[in-house]
Amino acid sequence: MSINRRQFLKLVGASTVAGIGGTAVFNGLRNNGLEAAQTSPDPRSLKGTGTVTRWGFVVDMSKLNPEDYQKCIDACHSIHNVPDMSGLPEEVRKRQEVKWIWKDNFERTFPTAPEDVYQNIELKEKNFFLFCNHCAKPACVRVCPTKATFKRNDGVVMQDMHRCIGCRFCMAACPFGARSFNWRDPRGKDDKGQPFIKPEKENKEYPTRMIGVVEKCTLCTERLAVGKIPACAEVSNGAIVFGDLEDPNSEVRKIIASKYTIRRKPELGTQPSIYYVIGGGEHAG
Amino acid sequence: MLDKALTGSKRYWTWIFILLAVIGMAVLTYLKQFNEGLGITGLSRDVSWGLYIGQFTFLVGVAASAVMLVIPYYLHDFKKFGKIVILGEFLAISAVIMCVLFIFVDMGQPMRITNVMLYPTLNSVMFWDSVVLVGYLMLNLVIGWTTLGAERKGVKPPDWVKPLIYLSIPWAVSIHTVTAFLYAGIPGRHFWLTAVMAPRFLASAFAGGPSLLILLALLVRKFTKFDPGAEPIQALAKIVTYAMFANVFLLGMEFFTAFYSNIPGHMHPFHYLYAGMEGHNKLVPLMWVSSIFAVASLVLLVFPSLRKNEKILAVACVMLFTSLWIDKGFGLVIGGFVPNMFEGITEYWPTLPEAIITLGVWAIGILVLTVLYKVAVSVREETA
Repeated sequence: MSINRRQFLKLVGASTVAGIGGTAVFNGLRNNGLEAAQTSPDPRSLKGTGTVTRWGFVVDMSKLNPEDYQKCIDACHSIHNVPDMSGLPEEVRKRQEVKWIWKDNFERTFPTAPEDVYQNIELKEKNFFLFCNHCAKPACVRVCPTKATFKRNDGVVMQDMHRCIGCRFCMAACPFGARSFNWRDPRGKDDKGQPFIKPEKENKEYPTRMIGVVEKCTLCTERLAVGKIPACAEVSNGAIVFGDLEDPNSEVRKIIASKYTIRRKPELGTQPSIYYVIGGGEHAG
Repeated sequence: MLDKALTGSKRYWTWIFILLAVIGMAVLTYLKQFNEGLGITGLSRDVSWGLYIGQFTFLVGVAASAVMLVIPYYLHDFKKFGKIVILGEFLAISAVIMCVLFIFVDMGQPMRITNVMLYPTLNSVMFWDSVVLVGYLMLNLVIGWTTLGAERKGVKPPDWVKPLIYLSIPWAVSIHTVTAFLYAGIPGRHFWLTAVMAPRFLASAFAGGPSLLILLALLVRKFTKFDPGAEPIQALAKIVTYAMFANVFLLGMEFFTAFYSNIPGHMHPFHYLYAGMEGHNKLVPLMWVSSIFAVASLVLLVFPSLRKNEKILAVACVMLFTSLWIDKGFGLVIGGFVPNMFEGITEYWPTLPEAIITLGVWAIGILVLTVLYKVAVSVREETA
């Protein structure tokens, strides 16, 4: 095929326009532009066995001694530079604190569970760990207007602190109260002049956040990337078991298959990836 | 035409400067919030939206209500609205500007607000809400300005405005429907998870917006030489009455569903708002004021003999507007957050800085409205 100079220039012009404008439009429509987080796989990183991976936890609180609760919370909060707001007046701290993992009783952990006044008192007073549920169908991801919160291929619901506009739609949408907003500057100081993140305690390997963005448990993606399990699971004496829910041979799946487990508010259809073993381990098996 | 806003009586300028003073104070307060964070508000991890988002929601309704003038005038050729339809369109402009500002002051990272357009997210209702709101603002600016300009020159508005006017009708419905979807599509917030959210939003909008318009028309008549006329005001009063009945009816539906079904999660927000729960009852007096005003205003509106007295009508409109302002601008948002996701109770009450910023946004809206109405009234006085 031979073309003259004029035709050639027209063709080049048209393909340039289609190339620049067109790709942008198609990418926008197909929604396959750059993700908020682009990761280069590290050979050490943890991987699931199958084609689909869905990281999750099974939490069996009976394995944990009461004095160990704080150990798990500290393990997480210290490495992630979660601001320590204990210097604030109690009422303010409760309203404005940032938490990635915390504990609460049965009634508040499972407010819609079929419990009643005659319930087993031991269960009623038991404390459970709460964190982001890394739902398979997360409401927070659905409502986020900037894709600042998004779901990774391995099931982790992740946050881009640099894209978040602080609209807090995700906080309204999350049925589990898992999301914290930085009402104050986490790099700043409390009313008595104490820094929220003590300089000597700051983990320089992990970024601190800025004022006005939402954050939460990330299932320790930075640790998964180098072959380590989440920090809370590591120090939990086996109370928090980490694994791939899609892998039938994983430890988490084996526990779910053999014991009675429940999830928080399953009726809402968000499909949490955190399972709780109920009824004191052994005799429930 | 804007030059009309630059010449005015001493009273006009005094009013402008009062508004500017309020705005100035609010800007300073906002700078404090910008630097120190939203921690200076009464918001918390349990009640993460409050007065700002409530006011935004309420004002979307005021903006949408312009359609209650546009439909009779342009679709049914109801000529009597000819004089006041511009007041409705300009009210919509000022209301949408306030909506945008209330969203802005609620952002944790306001400088990143363009991310909503840079990373368009089709599955987020908030993306669609910003699209329809900006579109509605543009429509009303173009329509209002062009028709008023034509009137000033004594000619018919250009033909190309007609399709835009027709487009503005479904568009007005869309802004309030999409705003209702911000709430009604969220799992786990029983108070918001209701199919009548959007219909109720529209009903309360078509009651609240026109009631404000009646009050504004009465003010315009009192302070300028332009008389919007008694008949259009009475026609508006009928619209307000029907819409308010629809709104109260729909609220009744919510009560029935919650309490007859006896599902705790559905009943709790109503308990909290109207009776208080576990000793927490900050909103109870407000919600009862809202309820009493709603009923009282309906009593005054439903009898034609009362409604036709413009003094009584004004009182009814003030009560109705206040009732809806409390119900939708405050109770609706808070009821979704209390009890929280753990069935615990964290109460919310706005702080002083929050109230000043809110007042400032209203002052900006009123300033825009004053300027636009000044232009409209001057054109009317000129051509009369």
